[in-house]
Amino acid sequence: MHKNNPLALAYHALFMLFILAPLAVVVAVAFTGKGYISFPTDGLSLRWFRAIWDATEIKEAFWFSARLGLVAATIAVVLATPAALALTRFRFRGRDAVLAFFMSPLMIPQVVLGAAFLRFFNIAGLTGSFTWLMFTHVIVIMPYALRMVLSAATGMSRDVENAGLSLGASRATVFLRITVPLLMAGIAGGWMLSFIQSFDELTMTVFVATPGTMTLPVAMYNHIAHTIDPLVTSISAVLIAGTLVLMLLLDRLVGLEKVLVGKG
Amino acid sequence: MADRAFWKPWALSGPALLVFATMLLAPLLLTAILSLHVFNGMEGIQDVYTAKNYLEIFTDSYYLEIFGRTALMSAIVTVLCVVLGVPETIIISRLHGRWKGICLLVILAPLLISVVVRTLGWSILMGNNGVLNQLLLALGIVDEPVRLVFTMTGVTIAMVHVMVPFMVISVWASLQKLDPQIENAGLSLGASPRTVFRRVVLPQLLPGVLSGSIIVFALSASAFATPALLGGRRLKVVATAAYDEFLSTLNWPLGAAIAMVLLVANVIVIAGCNRWVEKRFRSVFES
Repeated sequence: MHKNNPLALAYHALFMLFILAPLAVVVAVAFTGKGYISFPTDGLSLRWFRAIWDATEIKEAFWFSARLGLVAATIAVVLATPAALALTRFRFRGRDAVLAFFMSPLMIPQVVLGAAFLRFFNIAGLTGSFTWLMFTHVIVIMPYALRMVLSAATGMSRDVENAGLSLGASRATVFLRITVPLLMAGIAGGWMLSFIQSFDELTMTVFVATPGTMTLPVAMYNHIAHTIDPLVTSISAVLIAGTLVLMLLLDRLVGLEKVLVGKG
Repeated sequence: MADRAFWKPWALSGPALLVFATMLLAPLLLTAILSLHVFNGMEGIQDVYTAKNYLEIFTDSYYLEIFGRTALMSAIVTVLCVVLGVPETIIISRLHGRWKGICLLVILAPLLISVVVRTLGWSILMGNNGVLNQLLLALGIVDEPVRLVFTMTGVTIAMVHVMVPFMVISVWASLQKLDPQIENAGLSLGASPRTVFRRVVLPQLLPGVLSGSIIVFALSASAFATPALLGGRRLKVVATAAYDEFLSTLNWPLGAAIAMVLLVANVIVIAGCNRWVEKRFRSVFES
């Protein structure tokens, strides 16, 4: 085990600064009392946090994204859980292909997905529908949900299930009262990771969002592409705080290192 | 005790397969077909098929420049992520107890924060009166503000910030597999710490560095938000070019062709490089 020399520690400090600086500056600027971006800020003001309340479009986009994420993450884990059981408990022909198919959205650039969904919606006349936009999110977040449930299902012993069956419980009872609770950490972790991914998704959604189906990242992207004012920084500060809370929850639930590095 | 009923796995994964077939396979096929349509500025998408869109991408210097710029930028970002991220990961692994976990989290947490927020931070930092320029002026490094927004330098810095966590994750995973006993063996056999690091530790990290590079390169090549917000209209990359064809110029067939080229290039890079890395380092993966 080696120790870090002072030079290494100095580099480490600079690296941390590099990682944190853009986030810190967004939060700092959000507390400005002025009508424009200024840094360093003089004095603390909650003016721009109050302004979020009056920004109807942003508020609507926030609730739209929250609803979209809730439904999409739920559908994703509902689809991913039986699929994960199929992939862990059965050795069937085409198993590798099925797994690769479910993981493929990670390999496809999100711009390509956006273009493909735009064309699909255009031909099928589905533009501007909540349900169909939600399904595009299910595709994008499915790999995350599946990976988390898979890792829970892989390590799961089937003894309890077999005990339940031999004691006369029906298959449905065993599934609902034994299998699902045992997989719960993976399902909940997968759900939260999926929700975050859906809530943050920009590149694909920017193609298919309409004025009636505007997500928060797309609304913020359009706002920033037009003008940068303290309003977007205060919204960003709220998002950073919200993400931190979710991260702490995820850490409690499954361990953040496992979620991010993918190995437990 | 594997269940042998052949229909069961298909029934269990059926709902997800159905969603993926309608929502992924069908749209991608439709886009591939779309890229072969003729586009006419007056009448829109024609029912005539052609390879003209692909020819245009591969012969028109405008599109070649965009693809060239994207490849160059992704290569620079990848190299910077290796040069900056690998030493940092090693330093973190040598930190003590709690700091190790905290510092790793600080680097990985931004992955969960919207890329729009991170890019916004950089555009505030990089403005002509931004913090970065104030700092450079105060330190006397430059005499007048450096132009960073809408330049390749600015986009590259922000892209490294977005991508470097992926490199850290990849190198971290291979560091965890390292057996400290091998290092100790080298040391006890009389090798200097420097030699042990160069000849024992680094070679074992190489697969992690390479797979991290593949991820970073592929993600950089298809990045949208950062180049769009910091690069503006002039510094177009493949992703922003495809976006513009679809939503500004409305030449969908050409946009679809750009998307298809990006998709195929991406799959070739990821699958091709992964296969090469696995073949080259089979011994490392098996150990």
